[in-house]
Amino acid sequence: MSEHPREPDVVVRLADITKSFLGVPVLRGVDLELRAGEVHALVGENGAGKSTLLKVLAGVHRPDSGRVEVNGEPVVLATPRDAREAGIAIIHQEFTLLEHRTVAENVHLGREPVRRGRVDRRKMEADTRGLLDLLGEGGIDPTTTVTRLSVAQKQVVEIVKALSTDPRVLAMDEPTAALADHEVGLLHGLVDRLRAKGIAILYVSHRMREVFDLSERITVLKDGAFVTCALTAELTPDRLVRHMVGRSLDARHPDRATPDDLGDVRLALRGAGNDRVRDLTFELRAGEVVGIAGLQGSGRSAIARAICGVEPFTTGALEVDGVVRRVTDPRAAVRLGIGYVTEDRKGEGLALRQSIRDNALLVRRAAFTGRRGRERADLAALLGSVAVVSRGEHQEVRYLSGGNQQKVVLAKWLAVGPRVLVVDEPTRGVDVGAKQAVHRLLRDLARGGVAILMISSELPELIGMSDRVLVVHEGAIAGELPAGAAEEAVMGLATGHGAGEVA
Amino acid sequence: MSAPTTWRPRLAEGAAPVLAVLAVLLVALAFAGPAYSEAAGYLALLKRAAPLVLLAVGQYFVVVSGGFDLSVGSLVTAEVVVAARLVDGRESATGWVIALLLGFGLLVGLVNGLVTTKLLVPSFIATLGMLLVLDGAVFLWTGGAPRGALSSSFRVFGRGGVDLPVLGHLPWSVAILLAVLVAAVLFLRGGTGRTLVAVGDNENAVRLAGGRVDRLKVLAFALSGLLAALAAILLGGFAGVSAQVGSGLEFRAITAVVLGGVVLGGGRGSVVAAAAGALTLEALFSLLNLLGVTGAPESAIQGVIIIAAVAYAARGGGRRLGSRLRAGPPDPVRG
Repeated sequence: MSEHPREPDVVVRLADITKSFLGVPVLRGVDLELRAGEVHALVGENGAGKSTLLKVLAGVHRPDSGRVEVNGEPVVLATPRDAREAGIAIIHQEFTLLEHRTVAENVHLGREPVRRGRVDRRKMEADTRGLLDLLGEGGIDPTTTVTRLSVAQKQVVEIVKALSTDPRVLAMDEPTAALADHEVGLLHGLVDRLRAKGIAILYVSHRMREVFDLSERITVLKDGAFVTCALTAELTPDRLVRHMVGRSLDARHPDRATPDDLGDVRLALRGAGNDRVRDLTFELRAGEVVGIAGLQGSGRSAIARAICGVEPFTTGALEVDGVVRRVTDPRAAVRLGIGYVTEDRKGEGLALRQSIRDNALLVRRAAFTGRRGRERADLAALLGSVAVVSRGEHQEVRYLSGGNQQKVVLAKWLAVGPRVLVVDEPTRGVDVGAKQAVHRLLRDLARGGVAILMISSELPELIGMSDRVLVVHEGAIAGELPAGAAEEAVMGLATGHGAGEVA
Repeated sequence: MSAPTTWRPRLAEGAAPVLAVLAVLLVALAFAGPAYSEAAGYLALLKRAAPLVLLAVGQYFVVVSGGFDLSVGSLVTAEVVVAARLVDGRESATGWVIALLLGFGLLVGLVNGLVTTKLLVPSFIATLGMLLVLDGAVFLWTGGAPRGALSSSFRVFGRGGVDLPVLGHLPWSVAILLAVLVAAVLFLRGGTGRTLVAVGDNENAVRLAGGRVDRLKVLAFALSGLLAALAAILLGGFAGVSAQVGSGLEFRAITAVVLGGVVLGGGRGSVVAAAAGALTLEALFSLLNLLGVTGAPESAIQGVIIIAAVAYAARGGGRRLGSRLRAGPPDPVRG
C-alpha cells in the first residue's frame, strides 16, 4: 500500500498465551504478532477468546502463562496503565465516554494538562482539535458535550481519546458494530490514515467484508486456540469462515417466500407518525419478511419502537388483522401479538442474571398472567426449536454467547406465539454460525404465518433475507425495493438520492 | 439441553454461606448457655426472631425488585402505639384493630410504592421520608409516651401458642412465620414472583416484554408494609408497648437480607436466604447476650456485618462459590 517497502518491524508479540477463568480455559496458547503500519484482523466466533486476548493486551487480565514482548523487550502488563505506558491503546466495543462532559474533557480524562495549578482547558481543546483535524474530523467541536454527538461521532471521539496517548498499537474491538454503512466508510478512511502513520492496528470484527477490505494479515482463533495467521491476500472469505467454524458454511440465505406463502395482512400502518417518523403507510402480510433499511438516525429503529409501543405513534392509524388499534405502551403491543426483538439485547432484551428459563418465559408471565400451565413441557420444546446451547435451562443468560442469548430472546417471543415480529439488528454481536441459525429461524417463523419486519444495518443480510425492502430517509419512507435489490439502489434511497442513482 | 436433570433449588440460591454461619452460631449457643441444651431454647429463639424474619421477608421483596424500604421500623412503632391506644385493654376491640393494623401497613406500603413509581422519587428517599413522617406522627399523637394497653387476646399472637399432639407446643409467632415463608416461596416460584425478580435485574426488559413494572414494584412495597404490620402485631404482644419498639428494625432487616446474600440493586438472591439472614442475626445477638455483650456493641457489630456482607458479595465471593456449585461436571483442567 505504501510506496516504500516496509520493514516488518514487530511492535508487539504475544506468544503462547494461556488464560483460564474458574478453571475453564479461555485462551490455550495463542500467538499474536503486530507490526508497525499494518492492520491486523483478529477473527473468530463468539467465545473464541478474542475479547480475552484484547484484555490481556490492555492489561486488564494477566495471562496464566506465555510471553508478552513490546519492541522485542519482555514486559508484564499487569494494569491498564502498564499497557498505556507500553504504547498500547484499546477501543472497547462499549463506549467509555462520560456523556455529560465535553469531547476535550473526555479525551483527556484523568490526564488533564495543568497550568498554574488549574486545568488548562485551552490546551486541552487545542490538542483535541489538532487530533480531530488530523483524522479529518474537524466537524466535531471539542467543546460540545458528548450527549449531542451521533454514535459515529462518539466512535471518533473514542479513537481520538486512544490516539491522545500517542500509541504505537491501537486495538479496536468491533468498532463498526454500532455504525451505519456510510459511517463505516468514514471509519475505514480513518484506519487507513492511522496505518499510514505507522501505527499497528489490531482490528476485531465479525464483518467479513471489512476484514478483507482493511487488513493485511488475519489471525484466526477458535475455542480459545490459535488456528492460523495468514496474509489476507492469500485467503478467501470462504476459506476464512472454514478456519473460524471448522466447517464450511453455506453462505446463502434461506429461500424467500413464494406468492403462495403470503397470507392476510397482519399489520398495517396508515399515515402513522410521531416526532421521529412521519407518514408511514405500509402493510405487512403473514408469511413475509419485510426489511427496513436506512442510515443510523434515519428513523428505522423509531418505526420499530413506535409499532411496539415503546415510543408510540401520535398520528395516523395502526391496524392489526384489519382492526384499528391503539398501541400506547409495550404491553398493549405484546397483547395484540406484536413481538419486539430490540437492538439493545443486554439493555432491553434480557434479564441477564436470570436463568434461560426465566427469560424464555418472561413475556408469557409478564404480559399474559392468568394463562398459565404447561410451562415445563413446552419450555424444553421451545428451547430445542431455537437450538440454544447451554448447560441447562437454569444457567444464567449472561454466561451465554451473543448468539445463544439472541436465541433466548427469540424463544421468549415464540413462547407466546406472536402474529407480528419486529426484529431490530437480530444478528448484532452474533457469530457466523449462530447468525445463519437466526436467519433460518426467522424464515421458518414467516413460513409458519408470522409477519416479520426486520431492521439491519448490514445490507447483505437485509437484502438477502427480505422479500421486499422499505428504505427510510429522514423519518419517512423514501421508497420500496423488491427482493434481491442492489445495495447501490438501497443506499441511493437511504442517502436521499433516487433508487436509480448509484451512490 | 439436559433440562430435566439440572433442577436445582433456585429459591435457596446463594444461601450456602449464611446457612453455614447460622449452623456455627446455633452450635455455639449450645455451648454458651444451658437454655440451649434442649429444643425449647431454640424454639424460643425462633419465636424471638419471628418479627425480624417477617420484616426481612418483606424487605426481600423490595430489595430484590431493586429498591429499599427504610420505613418499616417506624411503621412497626406506629402500628404498636396505635394498637395500644385503640384497643385500650378491651378484648372486644382486638379483631377490628388487627384488621385495621394490617390495612394501615398495606396502605403505607402502597404510598411508598406509588411515590416511588409515579412521582419517581428513588425508594431510598421515598421511604426515608415515610420514616420521618411516621416518626413525627407517632410523637405528635402520643406526646412521647404511648397511652393505652393491648388486650390479652391481642398479645396471644406474640406470646402464646397452641399445643399440638405430636409437635408439642407451637408458638403462634412461629406458626405465622412458617406460613408466611411457605407463601413467599410459592409466590416466588410463580410467574408474578419470577417477573418481580426480573424487574430488579432489568426493568426495561420486563417493560418491553409487556410487564407492568410499576404495578410489580408497588406490590413489593405493599407486601413489605403488610409484613411490617404483621411483625408489629407479634412484637407488640411479645415486647410490649413503647415508642421505641420498632426503632432500628429497618436497618436490621436490611442487614438480614444482605447477610442472606441478596444483592442490593435487585435481581438476585433467595427469600429463604433472607429469612436465614434474619435468624442468623438474632442468633448472633442471643449469643452476644449470653456472653454479656449488650446495647451499643450490637449496633456496631451490625454495622460491620452489613459492610462485610456487601463487600463479600461485591468482590465476587458469593458469585464464585455460586458458579462453582453450578458449573456442572468438573472440568479436568480445574485445579
